[in-house]
Amino acid sequence: MADVIHPVHGEVHRHPAPTGFIRKYVFSVDHKVIGIQYWCLALFAVFVGMGLSVLMRLQLGWPGQEFGFLKTLFPSAAENGTISGELYLSMLTMHGTVMVFFVLTTAPQGGFGNYFLPIQIGAADMAFPVLNMLSFWITFVALVVLMSAFCVNFFVDDPNMVNVIGPIGGWTGYAPLSALGDKAGPGQGTGVILWITSIALFCVASLLGALNFITTMLNMRTKGMSLMRLPLTCWAWFTTAVLALLSFPVLLAAGILLLLDHLAGTSFFIPGGSYVSGALVTEHAGGSPILWQHLFWFFGHPEVYIAILPGMGLTSHLLSTFARKPVFGYRAMVYAIFAIGLLGFFVWGHHMFISGMSPYSAIAFSLITLTIGVPSAIKTFNWLGTLWGGQIRFTTPMLFAIGFVSLFVSGGITGLFLGQTSIDIPLHDTYFVVGHFHLIMGVAAIFGMFAGTYFWFPKMFGKMMNEWMGKVHFVITFIGVNAIFVPFHVMGMAGAPRRYAGHDKLNYLQSIMPMNRFISWVAFITIAAQFIFLFNLIWSWVKGPKASENPWEATSLEWTIASPPPHDNFEGIEPEVYRGPYEYGVPGAAKDFLMQTDAEGPVPSHGD
Amino acid sequence: MPTTLTADVNIKPGLGSGGKLGPGGESPLGPGSGGSKDWPPGWSTEDAIDPEKYRIGMWVALASILMLFIALTSAYIVRGVPALSGGDSDWLPLEMPRVLWFTTGVLLLSSISIELARRALKRNEYAGFKRWISLTTLFGVAFLAGQVTAWQQLAAQGVFIDSHPHSSFFYLLTSLHGLHLLGGVIALAYVTVAALRMRIGFKRRTAVDVTAIYWHFMDGLWIYLFGLLFFFR
Repeated sequence: MADVIHPVHGEVHRHPAPTGFIRKYVFSVDHKVIGIQYWCLALFAVFVGMGLSVLMRLQLGWPGQEFGFLKTLFPSAAENGTISGELYLSMLTMHGTVMVFFVLTTAPQGGFGNYFLPIQIGAADMAFPVLNMLSFWITFVALVVLMSAFCVNFFVDDPNMVNVIGPIGGWTGYAPLSALGDKAGPGQGTGVILWITSIALFCVASLLGALNFITTMLNMRTKGMSLMRLPLTCWAWFTTAVLALLSFPVLLAAGILLLLDHLAGTSFFIPGGSYVSGALVTEHAGGSPILWQHLFWFFGHPEVYIAILPGMGLTSHLLSTFARKPVFGYRAMVYAIFAIGLLGFFVWGHHMFISGMSPYSAIAFSLITLTIGVPSAIKTFNWLGTLWGGQIRFTTPMLFAIGFVSLFVSGGITGLFLGQTSIDIPLHDTYFVVGHFHLIMGVAAIFGMFAGTYFWFPKMFGKMMNEWMGKVHFVITFIGVNAIFVPFHVMGMAGAPRRYAGHDKLNYLQSIMPMNRFISWVAFITIAAQFIFLFNLIWSWVKGPKASENPWEATSLEWTIASPPPHDNFEGIEPEVYRGPYEYGVPGAAKDFLMQTDAEGPVPSHGD
Repeated sequence: MPTTLTADVNIKPGLGSGGKLGPGGESPLGPGSGGSKDWPPGWSTEDAIDPEKYRIGMWVALASILMLFIALTSAYIVRGVPALSGGDSDWLPLEMPRVLWFTTGVLLLSSISIELARRALKRNEYAGFKRWISLTTLFGVAFLAGQVTAWQQLAAQGVFIDSHPHSSFFYLLTSLHGLHLLGGVIALAYVTVAALRMRIGFKRRTAVDVTAIYWHFMDGLWIYLFGLLFFFR
């Protein structure tokens, strides 16, 4: 069949590196630059989110107390120096949205994934570099739009809006209050419109990113890089991309419907006869608020795995690297990632047990939810199996990876509580839930990012990070997050409702006020410790010792090239892979490890 | 200029621009060089790209577009069934604008014509390719014009997006589909212009293939939406 003509493969087109500043650092199509851009965007966003935490903790620990600086910061929303209820809700909404979208979704996938997926599979770049650039810049615009939602009423001199600085509906933006505009509360009009526009833009950016990741991994692997020779990080990024590809369109659909309810006068989510803010809603009827919850959580639950899976992949990778042992059960790890991703699409109802859904479907959702415990347990067991009997090197990235396992277990255990309808009903919307998802989705994923930063910083910037500062950062952060979020569970069991701007007015919660204050103090210390990390980043970048090609004695392809890597990664030479990525402690080898590109060497006696 | 290539002509493009010999050891081929007479028009070594990448990318993109419309379908069902929307059903089925039969027919024909174009290109029959790809582009434009007419007819009857739930879904689904189809028309226009200028290299051949996949999908999606909106109300 010569009528189908294929180009001859094997010839590598080398494009010269761009020289102008704009093409090199701003509108770059180089996956490495884009990865760093994503990572910097997430770093900015995480400090915004943390700043909001500080303000919220001030209010929760010392409700009603006057702080002079708040008056300066929010002249209208905190005119007495105390945080008003609306300001608190607005900060809470922004904290959630910024953290979930622009930190947890952005850094592990857009940042590290972009930078290292092509290198680890031996490609010169992503499959569609221009799409990759678009994806970052749309994310950037989305962040700008979100920040503008925060400031929408900042300068308005309207007495009715005096307390407001943005949408107040929480990151889940439940309808109908999110669809009714200003009458549902200040900030719910223009604020929500900007908020949902930002999320819709973020959806589009994530879809472009996911498309690129999937195509790259399926089509651009180098010679010898069979699927079962891929580092587990790649499997995690791939599965994350599949989840994003299938779940973000659903959020986009929900966003479009919500925008139409705001702008076009439709009633997708607004039921008739709603009585809101002392007035009957007459212009809308027939909509279904539960529809919003279904669409939102059909995205929302896979989103949890979008945040955590890259951390899982990296943890597997690091535990093996620093325990100098092959990953225990490589194939089981790959299939467990798939299983978690797949099951993640069928459990969204467990966020809606008290929405009035049929108890029968609640039981179905509950059963599938508990089933996720099986692949999760496989992963945890294999992580411990990897550590068992290893010659562990306690570097900072390793500490954060072990911390990830610990947080994954303590956050996951409470998932078993909340996955059951009978226990979820009393605990729903309490601090128990807040503690649960902060441990497993928030902090565990953040630990994955810290581990990734300490591990890959030498490759990305060519300098080693300071180990001593890293360890201090780890110890304070690890103790800190446990001291913050474990008490949350206790508060939840005492019945403390989430999203309240203070528990001081509720008699039955007087006894937890000291605990609230304790949590606030620990939060301040832990957040202060993050500046050690920031200082370490900048100091190491400027003054850190030069990193060698392979400072951690790791095996995957990124450690075969210079630090930082040249413009097209492998300088036009296609690397050839001969073995899997976890050949540590190989008996009979000259060193205690074999690189993936090592052709010579004993045949592995284990697994693959 | 050759208009057909026999199937047994063995073309080996992909040689470096530096004049190096290719894997087969042949002399460098390329437009303007010695053997360029045997090249299909518009081919160059720069076109030695990997078509598989674009095909995978298109299928992946279609999966996400499909999810978008699945989500909206579930919204349509939930919103349309009185028991699920809180009991107070305000669902009024829309009278179908007649012009939609026409647009549906046009889109079906366009799927056939793009397939003929693709096959003609595969056989390197450029005259046929030019004819069919231009026709497909025209069909695409005609479809979009038909959709605009449908909106105008409804608007003339006083039916707008906020009139009632079925009209909301009608305007939403048709405009989202139309927007996606507009993307396809732009791609078709690009390929058509390239075809008329006889610049159909590897890269644009891949573009034709990938656009055809997209176009068939958009056609199928329209049939589905047409059925959903007017035979499931």
